[in-house]
Amino acid sequence: MSFNTKPISTCLVVMAAIMMLLPSCREEQVIFIPEEVEITAPQYTSIQGFYLLNEANKGSNKATLDYYNMRTGRYTRNIFSIANPNVPKEMGDVGNDLGIYGSKLYAVINCSNKIDVMDKNTVKKIGQIDIPNCRFIKFYDGYAYVTSYAGPVIITPNYEQQGYVAKVDTATLQVVDKCLVGFQPDELDIINDKIYVANSGGYMVPNYENTISVIDINTFTEEKRIEIDINLQCCRADKHGNLWISSRGDYYDHPSRLFVYDTRHERLLKTFDTEVSSMWLDGDSLYVIGVQWSYVTMHNGISYALINTSSLEVVSEHFITDGTEQEITMPYGVAVNPITKEIYVTDAKDYVSPGRLYCFSPEGVKQWDVRTGDIPAHFAFVGENTNEK
Amino acid sequence: MLKRFTITLLAIVACCLGSLAQEVDSLSTDTDNELDTMLFLQNVEVYGNKPYGNVIPSQMLKGKQLERLNSHSVADAIRYFAGVQLKDYGGVGGIKTVDMRSMGTNHMGVFYDGIQLGNAQNGQIDLGRFSLDNVEEISLYNGQKSEIFQPARDYGSAGSIYLRTRRPKFIEGKNNNLNVTMRTGSFGLANPSVRWEHRFNPRLTMSLNAEYTYATGQYHFRYRKVFSDGVVAWDTTAVRKNGDIWSLRLEGGVFGTITDGKWNAKVYYYDSERGIPGAIINNVWKNSQRQWDRNFFAQGSWQKLITERYEMMLNAKYARDYMRYLNPDTTLMYLDNKFWQDEIYFSSANKYTIMTDWDVNLSVDYKWNYLNSNLVNFAYPTRHTLLAALSTARTWRGFKIQASVLYTHVNDRYTSRSGGTVIEKHNKHLNKLTPAVFMSYQPWQEHDLNFRAFFKRIFRMPTFNDLYYTDIGNAGLRPEYATQWNVGVLYQCYYEQGWFRGVKLSADAYYNIVNDKIIAVPKGTGQYRWMMMNIGKVKIRGIDFTARLAFRLPHDIVLEGGLNYTYQKAQDYTNPADTLDGGTYKGQIAYIPWHSGSATIHAAWKNLDLNYSCIYVGERYHNSANILANHEQPWYTHDLSASYLFKIGITTLKVTAEVNNLFNQQYDVIQNYPMPGRNYRLILKFDL
Repeated sequence: MSFNTKPISTCLVVMAAIMMLLPSCREEQVIFIPEEVEITAPQYTSIQGFYLLNEANKGSNKATLDYYNMRTGRYTRNIFSIANPNVPKEMGDVGNDLGIYGSKLYAVINCSNKIDVMDKNTVKKIGQIDIPNCRFIKFYDGYAYVTSYAGPVIITPNYEQQGYVAKVDTATLQVVDKCLVGFQPDELDIINDKIYVANSGGYMVPNYENTISVIDINTFTEEKRIEIDINLQCCRADKHGNLWISSRGDYYDHPSRLFVYDTRHERLLKTFDTEVSSMWLDGDSLYVIGVQWSYVTMHNGISYALINTSSLEVVSEHFITDGTEQEITMPYGVAVNPITKEIYVTDAKDYVSPGRLYCFSPEGVKQWDVRTGDIPAHFAFVGENTNEK
Repeated sequence: MLKRFTITLLAIVACCLGSLAQEVDSLSTDTDNELDTMLFLQNVEVYGNKPYGNVIPSQMLKGKQLERLNSHSVADAIRYFAGVQLKDYGGVGGIKTVDMRSMGTNHMGVFYDGIQLGNAQNGQIDLGRFSLDNVEEISLYNGQKSEIFQPARDYGSAGSIYLRTRRPKFIEGKNNNLNVTMRTGSFGLANPSVRWEHRFNPRLTMSLNAEYTYATGQYHFRYRKVFSDGVVAWDTTAVRKNGDIWSLRLEGGVFGTITDGKWNAKVYYYDSERGIPGAIINNVWKNSQRQWDRNFFAQGSWQKLITERYEMMLNAKYARDYMRYLNPDTTLMYLDNKFWQDEIYFSSANKYTIMTDWDVNLSVDYKWNYLNSNLVNFAYPTRHTLLAALSTARTWRGFKIQASVLYTHVNDRYTSRSGGTVIEKHNKHLNKLTPAVFMSYQPWQEHDLNFRAFFKRIFRMPTFNDLYYTDIGNAGLRPEYATQWNVGVLYQCYYEQGWFRGVKLSADAYYNIVNDKIIAVPKGTGQYRWMMMNIGKVKIRGIDFTARLAFRLPHDIVLEGGLNYTYQKAQDYTNPADTLDGGTYKGQIAYIPWHSGSATIHAAWKNLDLNYSCIYVGERYHNSANILANHEQPWYTHDLSASYLFKIGITTLKVTAEVNNLFNQQYDVIQNYPMPGRNYRLILKFDL
C-alpha cells in the first residue's frame, strides 16, 4: 500500500468545510409575523373588510385567521399570533366556523375543542369557550348556539354518541344550557324562536341520520325531528321563513341534494338535484358550490350555481363567467359582499398546501386573487349591514 | 446557542482532522475484539476478486459498532446511514419508518434474516419495533443487494435494509452461551432480555431469545416562541402522555450446516400494546388512542451446492399479523378497527456457474396475502404474487457487472359489498418487467479504488389500503414507479503498522424519479374526503458521502470515526400549474432536508469504550410549498456513551451508560410530535 495519504487529508478538509458551511444553527422560533399584501384599490362602503378562517388539515394545528381590509385594499395573513403572542400553540387545529356578534369575533376550532372569542377590531382574545368537538355557531338575543358532536355515549349495542346544541351567554362566555339533538349535528339556523339543526350522523356510516332537529328557543328543548334526507350538512334560513338544507348523500348511490323547507307550513317546498359542498345566502341570492366526485372519470365535477330564494329557480349554473374556474382545483368556501355584491371563492387545493382566495365582480369576472392559509373556508364581514345574526 | 454550535463544529472538525473510522463492511467477522477486527481488515482485498458478491457494497453497521450507537431500535441505528431519512413520531413506542433517497417509505424493502417482512395492508414497516437486542448486523443497499444468488423478492424494492440476527458462536470447548441483559433509564424503561445459545454438535446450533419492554413513555417537552427581538412570547413545558408501551418478543432459531450447504429455521412472535401519543395541538395536550399488535412468523432457509456449478437456495415463510386500533376519545369519532393479515411465501433461487467468472441465476417466488378486517363493507382482498428474476454476473479484469430482469405477476381478488352482502367479485391481473444493471470497475489491482454505477427501474404495488380502504381506496390505482441512476466511487486502504490504520471513503451521486406516485387527493362534498390517485411526480438529485478512519495511538488506544453527509434536492413536479407564490411546483418535498449527516467517534482503551455520535438534519418544510408557515427547524442531537467490561471468572459483565440528546434540544421530526430531550440509559450485560 503505497498510496499517498495526502489526497485523503485533502478530502477530509473539504468535507469538514462542507459540514461547516451547513446552515446548521437552529434558531429560536419567532412567532408568526403577519404577511401583508397589497391587492387592489381601496373601497369605501359601510363594510370595512372581512375575516377569513383557514381550517388547515387535521393534526397540523395550523388554523389561522386572515383579514382583508377593504379600506386599504390590503390582505393580511395570519393575524392571530401577533395579536395574541402569549397563546401557546396559536389558534389550534381545524377552524370550523366563524361569526361576529356585537363587538366580538368567534372562531370555532373543532379539534381544539374550543371557541376563541376575540375583539372584532383588534382580534385580541377575550376568552375561550370549551366545547368538545364543536362545529357551527349562530347567535340570537344575547346567546350563542353551538352544535357539538360530543354528547353522551350510548351503547345500543353499537357505539352511538348523541350530539347537542350548547347555549352560551355571550356576556359571560359560559355554557348555560345544553339541548340534545340527533347524531353529529352540523349547521344550525334560527327562525321565529326556533332553532333548526341539520343532523348528519356522519360517524354512523352507513346508517346516516336523516332529520333536522327543531328546538324551541325559549324552553331550549328539542320539540321534534323532521325527516329530510340522509347526512345533512348546511342549514340556512332565508327571509321568507324557508330553510335551505343540503344533504351530502352517502358519497356512492345516494346523491347530495338541496332542499327548501317551509317552516311556516311545515312542508318541503322543493328539491334541487344539485351537489352542495358550501353555500352563501345574500338577500334572495343563494350561491352554491358543488363538488361531485365521479368514479367514472375519477375527477371532481364542479358547479357554481346561483339560486333565487324567492322564485326557487336556478338563475345561473355558472356564477363565475370568465373561465377562472379552470384555475380552481377544490372550491371550498364562498361569500358575497352584502354591499358591492362581489363574490369571494376560496380554493383549498390539495388540503395540505396553501389555499387561494379569488374575488369576482357581481358579473362573475375575476378581480384579484391572493394566497391564504391552508384550507381557506369561513368568512365574517366587519361593518354595518353585514347580514350578521 | 452559539456555544452548542461551536461544540458541534469542533466535534466535526475533530472527526475530520484527526480521528474517525470503524470496521468496514468486510467479510463477516466473528471476533469481538476491535484490534482483531482491524487486523482482519488486512485481508479485505480478497473479496475484490470473488466472481460474484456485491458489485456495490452496502452501508453496514454490525457487532460492537452497532452496540455502541446509543440506539434502542433498528430505526435509531439507521439514522447513521447516508441518504436515509427517518420519520420519527417520538418516544419508545412512536412509529419510525425509513425513507431512502426520498423515494418514499413504501419503496423500502426490509429483510429479516434473508426474508422480506411484508405489510400488504399499508406497506410500511415500523423499524422502531425491531430491537437491537438480537440484531447483529444491519446493511443498507441502494437499488438492491447486487448479488445474484438471492430470492426474486430481493430484486423487488428500490432500496433494501437487511437485518441479520445474531448467529450462535462458541469458543472452543463451550456448548452453551447465556446472555442476560437489563436496560433501564429514562421514560420509565424496563427492558430485560435473555438469550440462550446451544451447540448440539458442530453442525447444529440453536438460539432462544426473549425480550420484554415496558416504558411509561413520559418525557418533558417544551415549545416556545419569541418575538423577533428575542423576548419570549410564550414558553410551555408539558409531559408527553399516552406514549406508554409494553411488548414481548420471543424468538427461536436453529442453524445447521450440511455438506456444501447450510440451513436455518426460525420462529418469531411479538405482542404489544401501546398508546398513540398523537399530535400536540392547541388545547389538546394528551390523547387516548391505543394500538395492539401481534406478529407471528415462521421461516426457513436451505442452501446447498448441488454440483460444482449449480447451487440452490430454498426459502419459505408463513406470517400472521394482527392489529387493533382503538379511539375511545369521546371528542372524536369512535373507532375500534381490527385487521388480520396472512402471508405465505415460497422461494427458490438457482445459480449456475457457466465459467469461473460468469454466473447466471434464476429465482422464482410465490407469495400469497390476505387481509381481513371488522370494517363495514370491507373488500377482503387476496393477492397472489408470482416473481421471477433472471440475473447474471460477470467479472472481467477489474470490471464487475450484474444485470437482472424481474418479472412480476400480481393477481388481486376482492369483493364489493353493500349492506354486508357481496355485490360483485373482482379479479385483476398485472404483469410487469423491470430491469436493473450494476457495474463496478477497479482500475488498479493494488489499490482498492472502485468506480461504480447502477441503474434500476422498479415499482411498488399499491397497498391494500391504497386500493380497497373504505371510501379512500381506489381500485384503479397503477403501480408507483421509481427509476434510479447512481454513479459513485469507493476507496479504501488498511495498514498493519503505524498510527494510521485505515480509511474508507465513498461518494455517490444519484438521480431518482418517482412517477405515478400514489397520493391522496381531495374529493367531492364533505370535509376531508380523499381519494388515492397516481398523480404525484418527484425528482430527486442527491449526493451521499461517507468516510471512515481508524487509528492506533500509543498506549493501545484505538480511535475510530465515521462521517456521513447527504445532500438532497427532492422536488415536487406533481402540478406544473401550481407556480404562483406559495405554489408547490418544484418545491422541496415534505420533511426532506437539503442537508443531513452524522458523525461518530469511538475510542477504546483496554476494557473501556467511549463513544460519541451526532445526527444533523437541516431545515425542512412540511409541505412542497416552501413558505415560512411550512418551515421546520433543523435539529441535531449529540449522544455519548461509555462502557466497561468486567471479567468475573468465566462470566463477563459489561456496563454501559448512555446520555442521549446531551444538550437537551427540543425538536420535532414531524410537525407537532415533540421528541424527547436529554435522556439516559443504563445497560448491564452478563455473558456466561
